[in-house]
Amino acid sequence: MTDGVMDREPALRLLHEMLRMRRFEEKAAELYTEGKIRGFLHLYIGEEAIAAGVAQALVPEDNVVSSYREHGHALARGISAGAVMAEMFGKVEGCSHGRGGSMHLFSVAHRFYGGNAIVAGGLPIAVGLALADKFLGRRAVTACFLGDGAVAEGEFHESLNLAALWRLPVVFLCENNLYAMGTALERYAAQTDPCRKAEAEGVPAQRVDGMDVEAVASAARAAIETVRSGQGPRFLELATYRFRAHSMFDAQLYRSKDEVEAWKKQDPITTFTERLRQRGWIDDPALAAIEGAVAQEIAAAVAFAEAGTWEPVESLTRDVLAPESTT
Amino acid sequence: MTDPTIVTYREAVRAALADALRRDERVFLMGEDVGKYGGTYAVTHGLYDEFGPERIRDTPLSESAFVGAGIGAAMGGMRPIVEIMSVNFSLLALDQIVNNAATLRHMSGGQVGVPLVIRMATGAGAQLAAQHSHSLEVWYAHVPGLKVVAPATIADARGMLWTALEDPDPVIVFEHVGLYNQKGELPIDAGPVDISRAAVRRLGRDVTVVTYGGSLPKVMSAAATLAERGIEAEVIDLRSLRPLDDATITASVRKTHRAVLVDEGWRTCSLAAEISARLMEQCLYDLEAPVVRVCSVEVPIPYPRHLEQAALPQPAGIVAAVLGTMGGR
Repeated sequence: MTDGVMDREPALRLLHEMLRMRRFEEKAAELYTEGKIRGFLHLYIGEEAIAAGVAQALVPEDNVVSSYREHGHALARGISAGAVMAEMFGKVEGCSHGRGGSMHLFSVAHRFYGGNAIVAGGLPIAVGLALADKFLGRRAVTACFLGDGAVAEGEFHESLNLAALWRLPVVFLCENNLYAMGTALERYAAQTDPCRKAEAEGVPAQRVDGMDVEAVASAARAAIETVRSGQGPRFLELATYRFRAHSMFDAQLYRSKDEVEAWKKQDPITTFTERLRQRGWIDDPALAAIEGAVAQEIAAAVAFAEAGTWEPVESLTRDVLAPESTT
Repeated sequence: MTDPTIVTYREAVRAALADALRRDERVFLMGEDVGKYGGTYAVTHGLYDEFGPERIRDTPLSESAFVGAGIGAAMGGMRPIVEIMSVNFSLLALDQIVNNAATLRHMSGGQVGVPLVIRMATGAGAQLAAQHSHSLEVWYAHVPGLKVVAPATIADARGMLWTALEDPDPVIVFEHVGLYNQKGELPIDAGPVDISRAAVRRLGRDVTVVTYGGSLPKVMSAAATLAERGIEAEVIDLRSLRPLDDATITASVRKTHRAVLVDEGWRTCSLAAEISARLMEQCLYDLEAPVVRVCSVEVPIPYPRHLEQAALPQPAGIVAAVLGTMGGR
């Protein structure tokens, strides 16, 4: 780790977490082409260091609010691969009872509040969750993931201002993968530095290498500790890159293969594996053991989703209002 | 106030808010100028002094953020009341209300409830022109996952908030600006009221007039005029705009065989249109005349008083509509 505090075991856990996300999504892409998964499927491949690095800095009492590219966040938060996969299949056993799909993963048990597919739409909710924690005297932090595209939305500015004004315990985690869908940052923003926008709203901001899981882990831990101590919100810009298409319907006309290949050289998994080898913390058999465990977990998740049940059409209108509601 | 039981609608809403804040530590109020200023329509006057800046929370002009923060706070265990200055301004928070408040329970497979109350002023009559005067209740009444109520009486202004706060789902409360100065009696022991049923405000045998919110006093006035001509109108106050209480409406129409619908919204795709459709579906053969709608003229609300009034449903127009459906009796 950059500050030299990470031991071998937590470092291997980070690698394991990133591999879980990577293999899970590679499988999901396959299942998409087979028609098992439908709708939009936004892959996180390339950005795994962020979810892994942030998740290890959170405690169970903390809240997580995410965007529509949230498979990695959900898995890192501890929602089981089976429950996420079953959700993407649309089965009752999914973490959102099958009603949400890929873009709307929820698990109240993990304080994971979506899965929001309106860009920046989750930010006000994160502010509110933090407000409730402050009211109720809980020392929880709300981790709010957003993409760089969200920075262009009004809700971004409104929410950061509110969080700063009321000194709320929110850490905003901006995954800057340089594109809002297919529009490059410099094509949609006059001010291309998200940190300056966050600071303009009174939220201290820091840019972090989002391809380096140890850098993310270290920065996330520091930011979350600061927020937890009552000093108000923090903003981390995590510089990263999406290796795959925006969704499964994207011909990627807006970026060059060379650009993608250049970023792939910074693959957070291969670079971190190499670093661990150099430290003598991992060798081929150990890596194979992790890959084996991950493969087993993913296979079990797919089997779980396959074996899941379809909700009967008779219950179509459930969960519109609370069951105790009279109407 | 010499008689403690005679209050204005405004005072009844304020009493309901104060009561909720005293009763439940989880309740707080936030919105633009609800605190130090005392509320745009003076509804929250005095609450800031009694409950302080944490629970009577002034917000920036960020409708989307503070409505969304209300949603998040409700998810986090609080019972927020969010005030939006007017329904026109609520459009800046449509994303949060429609995409989040209304959908979270469903998208999460029943895990996440949003027990949030949103209050907003609606309606015309104060010469506030085309960005402060519209009646867009039906926009929200269209959306599954929301409940929409419109207190038209002092007792409902006092009692609906209590019930709304106990509801596990988001409830939007529309307060018509024309009602704030209305006075009426309020029982000392006024408490929660049912918000799922319409109320028959006047019994009658000849025609059913369905309305809600700020149009209720106009309909009652029209009904009095009609009574002088020997026509007894039954007046139904919807109270709940979503869900609609079909049973109360159809029971009345099956008795009177005639229906006039009075709605300050524009006619096209209005609540009146929805009720008319339900009457066709449920009691077409009980009707002795076509359903008639009295709605706002399809124009953005103009500023001059005479034009503003001409755009809105008025007692004379309601009387004329009833006479029309009675076959010119």
